[in-house]
Amino acid sequence: MSEYFPVYSESSAIALPTKRSQAPWGAWGLRLAAMTYLCVFVAVPVIVVIVEGFRPGLDAFWTSLTRPAAMNAVWLTVWTAAVMTVLNMVMGTLTAYVLVTYRFPGKELFNSLVDLPFAIPTLVTGVMLVLLYGPQTAIGGFFENQLGFKVIFAPPGIVLSLLFVGYPFVIRAVQPVLLTLEANQQEAAQTLGASGWYTFRRVIFPAVRPAVITGGLLSFARALGEFGAIIVVAGNIPMKTQTATVYLYGQVEAGDMSAASAVSFVLLFIAFAITLTVDVVESRRHA
Amino acid sequence: MREIRPRTPVQWLLVLAALLYAGVLLLAPIFAIVQKALANGLQPVIDSLSEANVLHALQVTFWMTIAAVIINTIMGVVIAWVLTRQQFRGKRFLNLLVDIPFVFSPVIAGYTLIVLFGRTGWFAPTAFPIVFSLPGVLIASTFVSLPFVAREVGPVLGSLDREPEEAAYTIGASRWLTFRRVVLPGIWPGILYGVVLTLARALGEFGAVAVVGGGIEGQTETATMFVFRALNDRNEVGAYSMSLLLGLVAILVLILMRLVRHNTVTTEVVNNE
Repeated sequence: MSEYFPVYSESSAIALPTKRSQAPWGAWGLRLAAMTYLCVFVAVPVIVVIVEGFRPGLDAFWTSLTRPAAMNAVWLTVWTAAVMTVLNMVMGTLTAYVLVTYRFPGKELFNSLVDLPFAIPTLVTGVMLVLLYGPQTAIGGFFENQLGFKVIFAPPGIVLSLLFVGYPFVIRAVQPVLLTLEANQQEAAQTLGASGWYTFRRVIFPAVRPAVITGGLLSFARALGEFGAIIVVAGNIPMKTQTATVYLYGQVEAGDMSAASAVSFVLLFIAFAITLTVDVVESRRHA
Repeated sequence: MREIRPRTPVQWLLVLAALLYAGVLLLAPIFAIVQKALANGLQPVIDSLSEANVLHALQVTFWMTIAAVIINTIMGVVIAWVLTRQQFRGKRFLNLLVDIPFVFSPVIAGYTLIVLFGRTGWFAPTAFPIVFSLPGVLIASTFVSLPFVAREVGPVLGSLDREPEEAAYTIGASRWLTFRRVVLPGIWPGILYGVVLTLARALGEFGAVAVVGGGIEGQTETATMFVFRALNDRNEVGAYSMSLLLGLVAILVLILMRLVRHNTVTTEVVNNE
């Protein structure tokens, strides 16, 4: 994901040589514009969530958070996102490895296709998944009648839609790292008699591990906030398939802003904790 | 690492596993929508996409996307410039702010707009309506697509050779002329890639737009909101036709990404080495 979320290193931030210092207002103007824009558009929403979360008082905050529907919604969101993240880290690493290591027909097309989830509206993702796995379809019917569980309007559908939405994150984080990995490191290990699996475990995996974690965490953060795909795939059954964002949507629509504020705060808090972790992992990697 | 042809069964198995996973996860759903939407031929799709409310929804999406792209392209370049070329206190904080829309749930973004500008909001009454009207939809679309240009241009700007720039400046070109004639051509691939990503994100936004816009038919209803309403109204032909159209646009976006990427890949590889 470093392509999409690069971390600015201090070394790349050299101030312009100020030979002609008569126009510092230009630099100041740009800085002011960037600061104003980011504060109005990004900092203000964050402040709103924090202030609204605690405005009714800690007791009210706790009461709205511990409502069974709210707790269930947050829990469902967290565990489905966690399941997706684990699967995504395994399959994403495998896909990135295959894309970098092997030459096979259709590879270029495959590599372009990886970004599809970035390009397609998530609501459309939901519609497509219902058409493929819904109760009236052949595949959906097979799952329900032969294997005994529902995909759509049930947690497996939520995990499936999150897997779709999160697909590029790990791949695009791991790919550039693998590309820069020295080929001779791998070859040396193999010449010395190491098996493919041993080489992967001892040489390749340690090198890509930070990228796998970064990509996984970013897809997790993305999954916490996902709404479009889930509302179509999961429906809106309280206590069963209602995720945190779907719950929030319902509360805002109903005008119950205090219930919405507590859940918003918790979701945002988790997302920020993840962002900070990613920041730490990345800056350690680039150090 | 050097590319090799898969030789052993295990290597073939790895390739097959990656392909199978992508096929089931990404391609099968696309086939499902194409098959379902075109089950009765192309005519019903064209008919349902030329209804007045559908055309209006497409127009809203089009103009909101264009506006969000323009705002975020200009501000994205400014942000990238400030973050790579200037040193100041609070820069790290500013840098963190840029990424927040990536992890800020769109539904929460919509909710904050209602808290700020709704009927009983912090700034109510506003000079002009924001919630349940187009300005709100525009703010929401701009917010969710804010980071892309800044994040794509940043690394390109950082890796740009500074000598031509300083030369132009030394022989008397103004800062603006230097930027326009020397820097801009250098960061152009980054800008284009960022624009494509911004476009895709703004175009497909649903959660934030649903909350703040309310999806009022013929007014604030966007293309994705139309799909949602059509699903609820059991207007399957409408929902699937619009989904098909949005899917096609996504594939177009993917092709654009590929075309633009060609230019940037080289700079990135050079960077990494």
